[in-house]
Amino acid sequence: MPLELNEYLQKVIDRLTERYADSIIDVYQSSGDTFVRIAPEANVDICRYLRNEHHFIYLVDVFGTDRFTSEDRFEVIYNLISLRDRQRIFLKVWLPEENPAIESVTSLWNSANWFERQTYDMFGIRFTNHPDMRRIYMPEDFEYFPLRKEFPLLGIPGSIELPSTTPDIE
Amino acid sequence: MPTKSIKDKVKPTFFKEHQEKLYQALEDKHTTVEIMKDKDPLGTEMILNMGPQHPATHGVLRLTLQLNGEIIEKAKLDVGYLHRGVEKIAENKTYQEFMPYTDRMDYLSPYSNNVALCTAVEKIANVEVPERAHYIRMIGCELARISSHLLWLGTLVMDAGAVSFFIWTFREREKLYDIFDQLTGHRFTVSHARIGGVANDITDTAMAMIKDFANEFPKEITDWHKLLDRNRIFFDRNEGVGVLKTEEALEKGAAGPTLRGSGYAYDMRTFAPYARYDEVEFEVPTRLEGDNLARYYCRMEEMHESIHIIQQCLDKLPKGPVRTDNAKQAYPSKDEVYYSMEGMIHDFMMTDTGICPPEGAEAYHAVEAPKGELGYFIQSDGTGHPWRMKIKAPSFANLQILEYILDGEMVADTVVIIGGVDPVMGECDK
Amino acid sequence: MGLETALGDGYMTSKIDSLVNWARSNAAWPMPMGLACCAIEMMAFAGPKYDASRFGSEVMRFSPRQSDVMIVAGWVNYKMAHAIRRIWDQMPDPKWCIAMGACASTGGMHRCYGVVQGCDNFLPVDTYVSGCPPRPDALLHALMKIQDKIRTEHSVMLDT
Repeated sequence: MPLELNEYLQKVIDRLTERYADSIIDVYQSSGDTFVRIAPEANVDICRYLRNEHHFIYLVDVFGTDRFTSEDRFEVIYNLISLRDRQRIFLKVWLPEENPAIESVTSLWNSANWFERQTYDMFGIRFTNHPDMRRIYMPEDFEYFPLRKEFPLLGIPGSIELPSTTPDIE
Repeated sequence: MPTKSIKDKVKPTFFKEHQEKLYQALEDKHTTVEIMKDKDPLGTEMILNMGPQHPATHGVLRLTLQLNGEIIEKAKLDVGYLHRGVEKIAENKTYQEFMPYTDRMDYLSPYSNNVALCTAVEKIANVEVPERAHYIRMIGCELARISSHLLWLGTLVMDAGAVSFFIWTFREREKLYDIFDQLTGHRFTVSHARIGGVANDITDTAMAMIKDFANEFPKEITDWHKLLDRNRIFFDRNEGVGVLKTEEALEKGAAGPTLRGSGYAYDMRTFAPYARYDEVEFEVPTRLEGDNLARYYCRMEEMHESIHIIQQCLDKLPKGPVRTDNAKQAYPSKDEVYYSMEGMIHDFMMTDTGICPPEGAEAYHAVEAPKGELGYFIQSDGTGHPWRMKIKAPSFANLQILEYILDGEMVADTVVIIGGVDPVMGECDK
Repeated sequence: MGLETALGDGYMTSKIDSLVNWARSNAAWPMPMGLACCAIEMMAFAGPKYDASRFGSEVMRFSPRQSDVMIVAGWVNYKMAHAIRRIWDQMPDPKWCIAMGACASTGGMHRCYGVVQGCDNFLPVDTYVSGCPPRPDALLHALMKIQDKIRTEHSVMLDT
């Protein structure tokens, strides 16, 4: 399907596809937003290239999705903004279900720190070389990953405890 | 530093692993401030826990600070004390049913959250919104911005010491509550915006109240400017405190007035205008210093600009319907529901199934909430429930920078810095 | 009766219970556990239009050791529940609890894994206020109900 991109984004996509031809799997548009699906191994390289050459210096968000397919179950999406050209681009990475792991981009943007912690907390996707890989919303004692599709909405009874109503006698 | 392990020092009574990992992360954190390495004869080093319940942490935010006397060497934040799992709830509700949940996220300015969800769904499902609804939404968003900044101002100045300021700003907020009550039926968690427009039209009383407010409010603010703009004490507490340098602000992920106080004029209303913001004139206040005072000035000027926008909208308000007519995309009006069969059927279908964006569609839309860029990313699977709804909350990004700007500050300034960054925990913890 | 006529004008007799209860009910200092949106309505309840201090709740003491009534305003997380219980245990007797809003009473609209479905799962609640968020008048009504409850309490006991 032909893309209708404005000239800035067209230039970015052209340069990206010619430089990283084997890592770019798909480029498409949906509701006016541009999505580029890349191979998981190349995410830091492509992000660094976009940040240095095309001024995508603002990382707005990093988050995950559970596609609930048997192959490539999880997806990590990066939301980047170029302030100079006033453009937004989304990078997507598909990860397998067993041991989903991807390299962290905190070396490029510090703001990815908490975003990646949130993705880990909700989906269980590990980010290698992350300075502080801990859960952020649920306590560390919690063993499940809430936003996965098989986790029930009402939670699993007994997975997290309530305080005791008899005060301690110390 | 004592050589005992962290497990000997910390003896938590609940969530043991969580507390141990948090204190371990605090100990491992790399800081730019010089840490006292020799023996500590006066015992000035300690780890202070500004726990989740604290009068000045703007909601349930927990800070663990490693102190050397009064200076913070390292700081680590613990969020998640207000986490609900709103994104998981969203996967089980239709888009319109999700509207009340958006109110409760940034609960200081609920109207902007409603508009954020509506615009995102309208983008993914290609819904056209009538002109009058756009202007009503803009008026509501700007009133919500004023309301949120009023609360910010009241709590910031109360934390800095002038306690009666809180009462003054709440008096103004009560006027705004009356306006919202007249316009939407509820004081502040309004859920007024509907997909395809707004819920109901502005009545004449509401219009008169908004006009009165827009005329009276700048006069009230001049009093406050006179009190604070040249106040020695206010300057001493805020100038040079919590500096976020311009080079670092974008990389650390600041958003909203925090980013604009550090020099970047990034405002979603000018970056990607929505809801007829390109037809009104306003300025985006920006400062270069990056300290608390810069953020204060940015927000005060934003309130003035909001009044200016409201006056322009009231002048330009066109006549027309307030919701689109398409039965598959928006609720019919109550007249149609009560008096015609098709209206009742459409109402039933909208409540039961809701609006169904095309399968496999993805869209992201961001609005300028008072705290920053509030964005909704929706992935649709063709049904009335979203497959994935990710909410990009500006307070989450703003709280991250607290871990950087608190290193090296005095403990007493923590409260003022948190006030200056203005987080809302409901939004941060979703 | 005979005592009052003997004493003359300017004297009245009563039970110690009533006196103590009158003092306690008209000085119920709240401990605001303001968690979420209901906290904003609680601030309005303490604000200028719906003034809580004319009912005796003069100061919102954020220290549990100095307060009588804990107002749980907002939804309670599992992570936060432990902190709230700890603060409740630190409050000295006699103490009362108001569950403000639908979320604190029953979990409200948040029927999901993170929210405790009602803070009465771990706290002894005296008054539930419905509303999302309840108007400040509703919270004043709850405060008045707590005052009624205090006035009928049997507070002074001889053999404790």
